[in-house]
Amino acid sequence: MRNVIALLCGLVFGAGLAVSGMTDTAKVLGFLDVLGNWTPDLAFVIGAAACVILMTFPFVMRRKSPLMSLRFLLPTTKFINGQLVGGAALYGIGWGLYGYFPGSAMSSLLYQDWKTAIFVVAMLIGMALANKVSAN
Amino acid sequence: MVAYITPLIGGVLIGISAFFLLFFLGRISSVGGIVWGAVSAQPDNAWRWLFVVGLVLGPLLYHTLLDTPYPQASPLQWWHAAIGGLLMGFGVKLGSGFTSSQGVLGIVWFSARYLVAAVIFMSTGIATLYIVRHLVPGL
Repeated sequence: MRNVIALLCGLVFGAGLAVSGMTDTAKVLGFLDVLGNWTPDLAFVIGAAACVILMTFPFVMRRKSPLMSLRFLLPTTKFINGQLVGGAALYGIGWGLYGYFPGSAMSSLLYQDWKTAIFVVAMLIGMALANKVSAN
Repeated sequence: MVAYITPLIGGVLIGISAFFLLFFLGRISSVGGIVWGAVSAQPDNAWRWLFVVGLVLGPLLYHTLLDTPYPQASPLQWWHAAIGGLLMGFGVKLGSGFTSSQGVLGIVWFSARYLVAAVIFMSTGIATLYIVRHLVPGL
């Protein structure tokens, strides 16, 4: 049952990305083009998602545990350090270079553009490299 | 406003997905983290792979059922994709879990950590695009 829910969550997430145009690199890059031809779509996506989360999360967090797992696994790191700042800076450069974030890149694999596959493989290599760096 | 109906609907779907994943599995929908967990063969992994399968099938459902065309392929070069992906993957892991979707959560929880991350990646994103598109076109 957990697996069915996970598949369903992926489906809804991926459909949401496609409906909102976030699998279109032109639209996402357009959001960053504040000094050129700005397309605000991403702001509406974030706004709508934030509203749903704002309305539903307090209800979820009142529970002691999730419905199908033993406990909530939430990010615990709270502090702001050099790794966060550097990581966020690199993430933004990668975003501005091609116009995907991890979710939209995965969903866009559907479109069978080989450059998307290159992006995803490179992203995984980047994650593996960062793991090595943080481990040392 | 009509032009922004689809971004709003898409955002609602993304929010609902995040709510379900937290409510049922107790997980935050951070795609970078889920994909990494899937390929690095962590225990109890089936749900991650199925989430990723869903990520690809969701757009298929949308484009098929509503008969909408796929977006145009990116005109950028393969090395934009390679370097962009590499930096994004490295950045996500180095920052130990902030993502675009967690950026949304950061707004909701007023978490300074996520807000700082969001401001920084927005800034470098805008700067990078400005350089590549306007300052040195053809880079």
